[in-house]
Amino acid sequence: MGPLEQCEVCPVNTQSKLQRLGIDVGKYDYVVALAGNPNVGKSTVFNALTGLRQHTGNWPGKTVVRAEGAFSYEGKRYKVVDLPGTYSLLSTSADEEVAREFLLFGQPDVTVIVVDATRLERNLNLVLQVLEITNKAVVCLNLVDEARRHGVTVDDRGLARDLGVPVVPTAARSNQGIPALLRAMADVATGVFICKPKRVPMDSPKLRKAVEELTSNIEKVFPGLPNARWVALRLLEGDQRVLEAVTSGELGRLTDRTVARGLEFSLTQEQQRYESTQAIYH
Amino acid sequence: MKAHKPSTTEELIKTAQALRWEVGTELHDAAIESMYREAARIAQRVVSTKTAEPAARFDRTLDRLLTSRLFGFPIMFLMLGVVFWITIEGANVPSGFLSQLLVDTVHPALKEIGVSVGLPWWLNGFLFDGMYLAMAWVVSVMLPPMAIFFPLFTLLEDFGYLPRVAFNLDALFRRAGAHGKQALTMAMGYGCNAAAIVSTRIIDSPRERILAILTNNFSLCNGRWPTQILMATIFIGALVPPHLAGAVSAIAVVSVVLIGIVFTFLVSWGLSQTILKGEASMFSLELPPYRPPRLWQTLYTSVIDRTLIVLWRAVVWALPAGAVIWLVSNIHVGGQNLAHHIVEALDPVGILIGLNGVILLAYIIAIPANEIVIPTILMLTVLVTGITDVGSGAGVMFELETESATAAILHAGGWTLLTGINLMLFSLLHNPCSTTLYTIYKETGSAKWTWLSALLPLSLAFIVCFFTAQIGRLVGIG
Repeated sequence: MGPLEQCEVCPVNTQSKLQRLGIDVGKYDYVVALAGNPNVGKSTVFNALTGLRQHTGNWPGKTVVRAEGAFSYEGKRYKVVDLPGTYSLLSTSADEEVAREFLLFGQPDVTVIVVDATRLERNLNLVLQVLEITNKAVVCLNLVDEARRHGVTVDDRGLARDLGVPVVPTAARSNQGIPALLRAMADVATGVFICKPKRVPMDSPKLRKAVEELTSNIEKVFPGLPNARWVALRLLEGDQRVLEAVTSGELGRLTDRTVARGLEFSLTQEQQRYESTQAIYH
Repeated sequence: MKAHKPSTTEELIKTAQALRWEVGTELHDAAIESMYREAARIAQRVVSTKTAEPAARFDRTLDRLLTSRLFGFPIMFLMLGVVFWITIEGANVPSGFLSQLLVDTVHPALKEIGVSVGLPWWLNGFLFDGMYLAMAWVVSVMLPPMAIFFPLFTLLEDFGYLPRVAFNLDALFRRAGAHGKQALTMAMGYGCNAAAIVSTRIIDSPRERILAILTNNFSLCNGRWPTQILMATIFIGALVPPHLAGAVSAIAVVSVVLIGIVFTFLVSWGLSQTILKGEASMFSLELPPYRPPRLWQTLYTSVIDRTLIVLWRAVVWALPAGAVIWLVSNIHVGGQNLAHHIVEALDPVGILIGLNGVILLAYIIAIPANEIVIPTILMLTVLVTGITDVGSGAGVMFELETESATAAILHAGGWTLLTGINLMLFSLLHNPCSTTLYTIYKETGSAKWTWLSALLPLSLAFIVCFFTAQIGRLVGIG
């Protein structure tokens, strides 16, 4: 560990701005979602931010329900939601549904996508999918220590350029990079930094045309929707849940930020079921 | 402007449906392909790899060993055996200490306080002989083994061993028609079945998820470890010279775990041939890199997350159970207390399956939490056999500093090696605790599956114990 890194992990340095609030969520100014593939250290990042000691385990699929915690940074309070790890947001297993639902209807102010530096390519699949849904994201390039051990280096600046969102290398297990991550999160959440997230172009021209047409239609019905193109893609694929959200007007509410905030977000039955089971353990 | 706007969401959906016809079914693949191509493109640009670092080579070598066809399973059972052995050998001393503190010192003090503030005898007995002692017993019996077992297990987990176990078991699960990830939920069950039921959400297909839920019971949860460890020590460890007792007891517990795994496969297979027909779905299991476990953090989380939470639950359920035990032994009907009547009524069935009425009554009282089975059994045994030199009255849970004292009571109650073995089997196979059943109901939303997950294991337990009893009596251990 170099001298600079030692400063980073020293509590005296970080304490000045960061105050970990544990489960005391209370009132908050911003919502942070933690997304990522299974077993990339989301829960470790969650614990580093909130000071909670959620059980972490070295196996995929440990977190199947969302866990919530809070911290305060530079005088603003943040609520952190640790989502279940998923490989994609396309299929509909119960845990993927929880993650997708929250990203879409929970409208986080910043989504931190935790990725495994040793398996970047596969992790990027999810990153690109998340960036379709939200335009306020930070990529937490975690496990850089492990990557180094395996002889893998990642050009984080290049990655940030390609993705259009901030990329912060971290080793959350030993608290390295957390101050920089906090900085980036705060900048995106407060709107100091405006992301220009990568939206993957469609290779097939026929598809591209269909998506464009539907996207512009959606934007007309729901002006200001941050992820019209994603909704278009889902509709073209016949995604029942998204179709429902369109018909019921649930999607429309997302366009008005203040209203969405006031309503919190409407839980689907599925999620309410999760919460009640979670209550057994807490 | 307004005129051009598709005024309703209905129109929007109509457009979407029309376009859906146009793009056809290749859309899903095309969209994903574009995304994967892009991910590959970016990764190629930003990642650079030096090949064959020593660490990577180490991981690969270790993986080849831990998941090898030849050594995978032996290593798995060896690791498990060592963990149990440490737990069994290490738990005795702190258990004795705790029981001396909570039962010998604090209990009389509490009763004296009760007398001095003028509590009537029945309230004093109900509170301190019933509720307090049940709780004290649970703490002194359960805390030490849990405080040893959980950190060890968590260290293995943190190191990255569990996915290798899943990898080893995957082929077997698939042959049983179940999902390979069931190996992970099964491993979770060794901590707590209720938590494992929630973790079955990682299994996508409902059919395979139900299989995982129905068979999770065959993973011994921590509430049942003390029963297994105690029975193995008293009845099986005692068969060999003292210096071998610890190791032999550990082997006995590992065997029970193994039997549990066999039942998991058999029942999964049976169900997937009958009421849950279907093909096993494919999935890719990633083997995470080995990580040096973080010792202090592991100790902290396994004590807070597992040990204390589980202990708390046991204590919460021990209080009412202690009260019930005190009541059934102090309410008299026709000159005999209630417990006596019930035990007598259950005895024929109990003995038929190589157990006895006391054990069955204890399991009924302990439906809320398996943790209190052993204390309940001991208390009821004393009551029924009328041993006078232990405990201090009807319905009082008493101190048992040594396992030999426990053994003496059980032998006096007519227990044999067969009773011990059958209790281990019954404890492995019987219905899940009420918290787990409630969780199953919550997760499946179906009364049918909940009933099945209670009755299927229970009837298996009866059948297996019955046959074991017949064989045991033939070979003369009963």
